[in-house]
Amino acid sequence: MIAFLIRRLLATIVLLIVVSAITFGIFFLLPRLAGQTTYGLATQYVGRNPTPATIHQIEQQLGLNAPVIEQYGRFLRAIVFGEHYRSGPVVAYCPPPCFGYSFKSELPVWPQMVSDMPVTASLAIGAAALWLIGGVAVGILSALRRGSIWDRLSMGVALAGVSLPPFFTGLIALELFSYKWSIFPNVQYVGITQNPLLWAKNLVLPWTVLAFLYAALYARLTRSGMLETMTEDYIRTARAKGLPERTVIIRHALRAVLTPIITIFGMDLGLLLGGAILIEYTFSLHGLGLFTIEAINNQDLPEILGVTMLAAFFIVFANLIVDILYSVADPRVRT
Amino acid sequence: MMAGRRDRAKSLVTGPEPGPETSTDASGPRRSSLLEVSDLRIQFSTDDGVVKAVDGVSFTVDRGRTLGIVGESGSGKSVTSLGIMGLHSGGNARISGKIWLDGEELVDASPTRVRQLRGSKMAMIFQDPLSALHPYYTVGYQIAEAYLIHNKVGKKAARAHAIEMLERVGIPNPQARVDDYPHQFSGGMRQRTMIAMALSCDPELLIADEPTTALDVTVQAQILDLISELQEEFHSAVIIITHDLGVVAELADDIMVMYAGKMAEYGTSEDIFNRPGHPYAWGLLGSMPRLDQARTDRLIPIPGTPPSLINVPSGCPFHPRCSYAATTNGRCVSEVPLPRSVGLDHEVACHLSIDEQRQNWADLVAQAAPAASHGEDT
Amino acid sequence: MQVTQPDPARVSSTALMSVSGLTKHFPVTRGVIFQRRVGLVRSVDDVSFDVARGETLGIVGESGCGKTTTARMLVRLIEPTAGQIMFDGRDITHLRAGAMRPLRREVQMIFQDPYSSLNPRHTVGAIVGAPFRLQKVKTEKGTKQSVQELLELVGLSPEHYNRYPHEFSGGQRQRIGIARTLALRPKLIVADEPVSALDVSIQAQVINLLADLQAELGLTYVIIAHDLSVIRHVCDEVAVMYLGNLVERARRADLYERPRHPYTVALLSAVPRPEPLQRTQDGRRDRRERIRLTGDVPSPLNPPSACRFHTRCWKAQEVCRTVPPPLAELAPGHYVACHFPENTPAPS
Repeated sequence: MIAFLIRRLLATIVLLIVVSAITFGIFFLLPRLAGQTTYGLATQYVGRNPTPATIHQIEQQLGLNAPVIEQYGRFLRAIVFGEHYRSGPVVAYCPPPCFGYSFKSELPVWPQMVSDMPVTASLAIGAAALWLIGGVAVGILSALRRGSIWDRLSMGVALAGVSLPPFFTGLIALELFSYKWSIFPNVQYVGITQNPLLWAKNLVLPWTVLAFLYAALYARLTRSGMLETMTEDYIRTARAKGLPERTVIIRHALRAVLTPIITIFGMDLGLLLGGAILIEYTFSLHGLGLFTIEAINNQDLPEILGVTMLAAFFIVFANLIVDILYSVADPRVRT
Repeated sequence: MMAGRRDRAKSLVTGPEPGPETSTDASGPRRSSLLEVSDLRIQFSTDDGVVKAVDGVSFTVDRGRTLGIVGESGSGKSVTSLGIMGLHSGGNARISGKIWLDGEELVDASPTRVRQLRGSKMAMIFQDPLSALHPYYTVGYQIAEAYLIHNKVGKKAARAHAIEMLERVGIPNPQARVDDYPHQFSGGMRQRTMIAMALSCDPELLIADEPTTALDVTVQAQILDLISELQEEFHSAVIIITHDLGVVAELADDIMVMYAGKMAEYGTSEDIFNRPGHPYAWGLLGSMPRLDQARTDRLIPIPGTPPSLINVPSGCPFHPRCSYAATTNGRCVSEVPLPRSVGLDHEVACHLSIDEQRQNWADLVAQAAPAASHGEDT
Repeated sequence: MQVTQPDPARVSSTALMSVSGLTKHFPVTRGVIFQRRVGLVRSVDDVSFDVARGETLGIVGESGCGKTTTARMLVRLIEPTAGQIMFDGRDITHLRAGAMRPLRREVQMIFQDPYSSLNPRHTVGAIVGAPFRLQKVKTEKGTKQSVQELLELVGLSPEHYNRYPHEFSGGQRQRIGIARTLALRPKLIVADEPVSALDVSIQAQVINLLADLQAELGLTYVIIAHDLSVIRHVCDEVAVMYLGNLVERARRADLYERPRHPYTVALLSAVPRPEPLQRTQDGRRDRRERIRLTGDVPSPLNPPSACRFHTRCWKAQEVCRTVPPPLAELAPGHYVACHFPENTPAPS
């Protein structure tokens, strides 16, 4: 088991390096291959109406005219060890993990992302818990009462959940619950440490809307997994032992159904940033999603790079967790 | 006829070493068979029509004896056993008839009661031990689970019992293997585990559904020996379901041959192998290559294919494949043959008279013999 | 149709297929980027045999003995690691796909599972006619007529031409599979467990059909099976495999009457006999005398040393663990790989 963990961890590190290389390549190698000069690249780093001299200075400062491989090395070094930026006599130290300075705000990228993270994390964790529990529960009930009104109703709702975009359901939810009935007025982020109750209350709508999208998928997955598993021979064995039906379902069937769902859950968590963008935009929550939108709108290269690397890190990390969970869940994967 | 079967059981029990739990009968003064099935019918409604999987089957099994149920796919042999265990359901199943287990009726009993009996008083082992064991739990856990549910014991005691059971079924080094997962076991060891699980609560009735079909020949022999040994030890009644006549001959005292959900023939294994009365039984015996007899040039197959259980042929379900159907003036097509006694404990569901049955079987044996004598090249 | 015993005169000394030193090892690797070999499955190891024209060779053994791998190498579905396969005087061991094409007409395979080996979306006509299309063979009377003749040959009705596989029972599907293999008039048919998925009564139909076709078309068969009684019924020569090794090979009667390898002896005695056993006086059940092998077949991944059967053999001595027994001809045509064979007068 320990050997397995070490192997997976090493593989994860290798994967992260590969991902960083690809990301870096997209932003620095591709433009060059497409014919953009380093001067042109540097123009993006300087504010409005720059003089050619400042551009050249920036080009020198950031080492944009150095070979790409060297720049990549510096990029990696900055992430791991931090970086000293010299701007005239002033030396700014950007502590690790350093993704450089934003074009727009001229602030280091990482602290900004850190300050936006709690919003997205709150949103993601709450919604994930909601959709996992809700989706699996609905799926089990549907499978056990296959063909019933409940089954058809919940699968209909699930179909709606998969097909309706979250900004649509989000706006409807806002209109009804926030403006019309004022059940959740004034949705905005309040830190969990400041006021846990308000934190939860304000997030109920975004959680529900985001969870609705995924819960639908999980309900369908659980239902079909459950239907398949209930015909397995080992379920018949469990019944033949005289176990109560509840034990058969929870301990024997669900255990088998949950294993693939955990895998998908981990992947979805890693990929959640995409869903968060839409939800944060709809509810005007300033998290990493909005951060990303702004970064893209401003063509703020360091910010985009930072957020891409962070997203990639989460996906790779989620993959690692999934692998570990999977090996815990399914003894056949070990050895 | 049923009384005859019971008498023999009695003489068995009063033999040299009666098991302590069988010497007195808890269910009443009248000593009855452990299992008595009467006119059992199990139907499934499907989109294509009603599948009559089991269609009026009756039999009994006594303690310490083994009944073999033989038939091809779709004969209803497996559904019969699942019906006894109360495992046939799927929402769309209908069961009727009576099943008496040690004097207690099961068809009309509450599902909770049947569940309590499952695993404790009656247990079952299945064909493919790999898919019948849960891949995510250790073998020890799966055996202990069965013990825990029916006995008021702690987890520690259940685990100790699991180790003891593994040892009993011949798993080497059970203390260490108890924490293995099924995929770490070989096929034979998995089936041993299934047997350990089934026997963990000392059931009085053990049903084995094709217990050796998925196993290799040498391992099959081990498992057959094991079942036979354990039956003697536990003095339980055993039902063995198989398509392999060799396997039933090895284990069964009595044999029921099923065809299209109905009983075709019932008798002691000597009756079935030496004096079979039903043309289907003749067909099964003739179509099987045998190692214990001289090689014949040609097998005698049964023509045609088994019928669909949705459209069972009228009259005798076997008549479209039976070469004697023409000799009964159409009775085979119009009239369902009822089981008739043709000897002590020997019933045949066929319109042929007893004399015709005997004559036809003698002819078949005579036909096979000369072919066999020059068939072997040595 | 009367089936006759193979005429000794017809059995020519030249074999249709001749296999020597056939070996297949599957490496077991771990890791995606940095693959390393962690083991070797010795699926088939140094197997040699001849298949005489017009005869049937049976290969029998338990799971993991390599019989299926051997069959697949014979029809070149699997590339052998070592050894040589001669077919009709030609070395076909390493023929390229293009050079194999004409050979595919002459060597055909029947698969075990009649449910998964027929494409459910194709009609019976398309399935049986596929070999004509693939090999671009023009038939005299047109493909449809030829296919219908084939269907009749295997005991199906020509009207089944436009039906789909799911409309047929297991036995009928196996007939369809057989019709397909017969389309190009092969010389050799390799059948991997052709009847083990079928019910007993249907099994007999297919066995008889194979025998009829052999007599009628002069086919040569290699039949792979685990069922010793089926093998005895259909084969002229029998090869017994254990864990990738060929342990015994002999004429049918020789093998079944005087098995010499302890494994063959045990295998034969393990087969349940359809004769009822009597209860003894005290109500205990008689037990058949039988050689009881302990344990399961070991894994072909890192099999036991020297004689691979030594871990389960009651006659095993030190030499069995250290010196691999060669396949020796102990009696005319009877080859055994054992240091202490049964049914053999002890050398003085």
